[in-house]
Amino acid sequence: MDLNFSAEEEAFRGEVQAFLKEKLRPELSAKMKLGGAPSKAEMEEWHALLNDRGWLANHWPKEYGGAGWAPVKKFIFELESELAFAPRIVPFGVSMLAPVLIKYGSDAQKKYWLPRILDGSDWWCQGYSEPGAGSDLASLKTSAVREGDHYIVNGQKAWTTMAQHADMIFCLVRTSKEGKCQEGISFLLIDMKTAGIDVKPVITIEGGHEVNEVFFTDVKVPIENLVGEENIGWTYAKYLLTYERTNIAGIGGSIALLGHLKQAAQKRKKHGKPLLDEPYFAARVARVEIALENMKTTNLRVLADVAAGGAPGAESSLLKIKGTVIYQELTSLMRRAMGAYAAPYFPEAADEGFNGQVGPDEALHAAEDYFNHRKLSIFGGSNEIQRNIVSKMMLGL
Amino acid sequence: MDFKLNEDRRMLDETLTRFLADKYEITKRNEIAYSDAGHDANIWKEIAELGIIGALFTEDEGGFSGEGFDIALVFEALGKALCPEPFLGALLAGKALVAGGADHATMLEDIVTGAKIGAVGFEEEASHYELAHVASKATKNADGYELDGVKSVVTHAQIADVIIVSARLSGDVDDTAGLALFAVPAGVDGLSIRDYNNVDGGRAGEVILSKVKIASNALIAEGEAAFALLETLAGYAHLALSAEGLGIMEVMKLQTLEFLKLRTQFGVPIGKFQVLQHRMVDLVLEIEQARSAVINAATLSDDAVIRGKNLSAAKLTIGETGHKVAEEAIQLHGGIGMTWEMPVSHYAKRLVMIDHQFGDEDYHLARYIELSKSA
Repeated sequence: MDLNFSAEEEAFRGEVQAFLKEKLRPELSAKMKLGGAPSKAEMEEWHALLNDRGWLANHWPKEYGGAGWAPVKKFIFELESELAFAPRIVPFGVSMLAPVLIKYGSDAQKKYWLPRILDGSDWWCQGYSEPGAGSDLASLKTSAVREGDHYIVNGQKAWTTMAQHADMIFCLVRTSKEGKCQEGISFLLIDMKTAGIDVKPVITIEGGHEVNEVFFTDVKVPIENLVGEENIGWTYAKYLLTYERTNIAGIGGSIALLGHLKQAAQKRKKHGKPLLDEPYFAARVARVEIALENMKTTNLRVLADVAAGGAPGAESSLLKIKGTVIYQELTSLMRRAMGAYAAPYFPEAADEGFNGQVGPDEALHAAEDYFNHRKLSIFGGSNEIQRNIVSKMMLGL
Repeated sequence: MDFKLNEDRRMLDETLTRFLADKYEITKRNEIAYSDAGHDANIWKEIAELGIIGALFTEDEGGFSGEGFDIALVFEALGKALCPEPFLGALLAGKALVAGGADHATMLEDIVTGAKIGAVGFEEEASHYELAHVASKATKNADGYELDGVKSVVTHAQIADVIIVSARLSGDVDDTAGLALFAVPAGVDGLSIRDYNNVDGGRAGEVILSKVKIASNALIAEGEAAFALLETLAGYAHLALSAEGLGIMEVMKLQTLEFLKLRTQFGVPIGKFQVLQHRMVDLVLEIEQARSAVINAATLSDDAVIRGKNLSAAKLTIGETGHKVAEEAIQLHGGIGMTWEMPVSHYAKRLVMIDHQFGDEDYHLARYIELSKSA
């Protein structure tokens, strides 16, 4: 039994830390620490820095311009990035579409699209969910009908993160109504500038704009934008959903937030003493800290399995359920720690030159962050769906 | 034993519920709640004309009922509509002015009729809900008092005609002795307000007191009487906010139930899935428990310990249950529950943020245990 990373892995961790120290702008990291969302320009800036270092597509095979990292290295990189409050790599192109193209795409598709993901020419978004197809994703209705050299696409996608910034969307579309609903689905790449595409913002509970509805009306898509075979798209979609989910628990983000919470609760006072020492609050912090420590080891156990050649299957569902609940509890504690100052609301805080905040610094986004992160247990397959997966795949129920 | 509303209260409930439902359709409510004013002066005027505010006060105080059950009824109805009007300020400032006696009778009358708006500032940056933790200073001089300090997150401060604030005449920052309560009139020299919207709608502000000179008759209470009054006023807030939370939960229950019946996935309404049925049942059970907690609190027992324990029990129950109901209602709705467009998200925000006013769960747990020792 050895819970530690190898000497080589530790050396790599040092390399990542040095990179973050040198390249991550303190202002950007400070903004992320207080729960601010990075702008598109900031995400592009971070992608470019990582790409220069060869670390953007860190899990792609080297022949496609990736770093070819093993799961442990990828995990260490993500852990350290989260601990440093760096922006996350936007997953849609790099981590979601690219693995599908590498495994199922044509040579022409790989040659054209992969470099464009690396250099930032294309920003991708994901067209999976629909208003009537959420947890029941396979019931999706957006249709693609073949007409000569094109598909004609009609329908609507929902919860499309970053569609307002995207150049391209990869979509699951229905190309056949025969057989089981999983059998008539295809995987299509669509240019967001095509006539007939309409993006409408969806404002979330805390007032932010992350997600959109995307409407398709007689949108013409060249047939060379079909990935793999027609009607086999569900296989590709499932591959994408299970690909490299060893960091799905977001341990690094939780550890970083716990540290931030403790600092904040140390500064907050009750009867002149730190709130962190007040027994009831301290008990809440201790409970989530214990759950997080346990989760860290659970996560490393799954990682060790994968490193030894096992495929992360339903285990990633377990990581997702518990990891999201822990992060949500941490945002809840940060909100609690702010007391009355959780209430003041400054949606204009992202604007240049904003200095109108009241109360402690950590209060600025505390409540918004708590409400926004309710999404964690809903998106990417709700925690209810993850439980279905575990009960079916692991327990045989 | 009879848990039904009497005829007067039933009529008040019907009138108020109908009026609020008519005025605060959710889109309209959000427009008002997130506006620079944080409330609607015209609707407030209509509410005043209906005499609703008088239900919070006894006949002696210029109202027409004013028992705990009247307060609970009014605030439950306000919760159901997510009403952002300054009712809590009216209740608390009004009760403070009652304690202030004859010098405050005119202002009290105006508060009860709704002609004037009241607010209270008891919270400070370092108090974290502790009423005695007051750093703001009051200095007595020949003409009256001078006030210095900052009161935090004062609901509706910028529209208030009078703000009741706690300040310290003597003693250490945490002492219950040496406190005083003052009625600070709007517009007085040295008073400034830095106002903002709240995350759950409505408006609040930092009340900054800088060499504010007020007359000696602005004093409402001092010494041990001041702390006792603070506790009494906070008790009214505990009851009112708990009842408001209960009203919110009742609406969220119906919204979620309806969604479970309407939303279809895998070919059936999702309410057919046993795992969701059981979670819904748990919510219903907890909401019934919360209603009982509000009923216990609304008795406003003459025994101070029993009254205090009941009030803290209610506020704790609403905090705990509210947190659960808000999170589960969003989760059971799925993505759509996360949207600004769906009413359930706004109910969830208000419900959670009630725990940030006049003591959170932990505060009330500690207070309950403390009061239990003195019984």
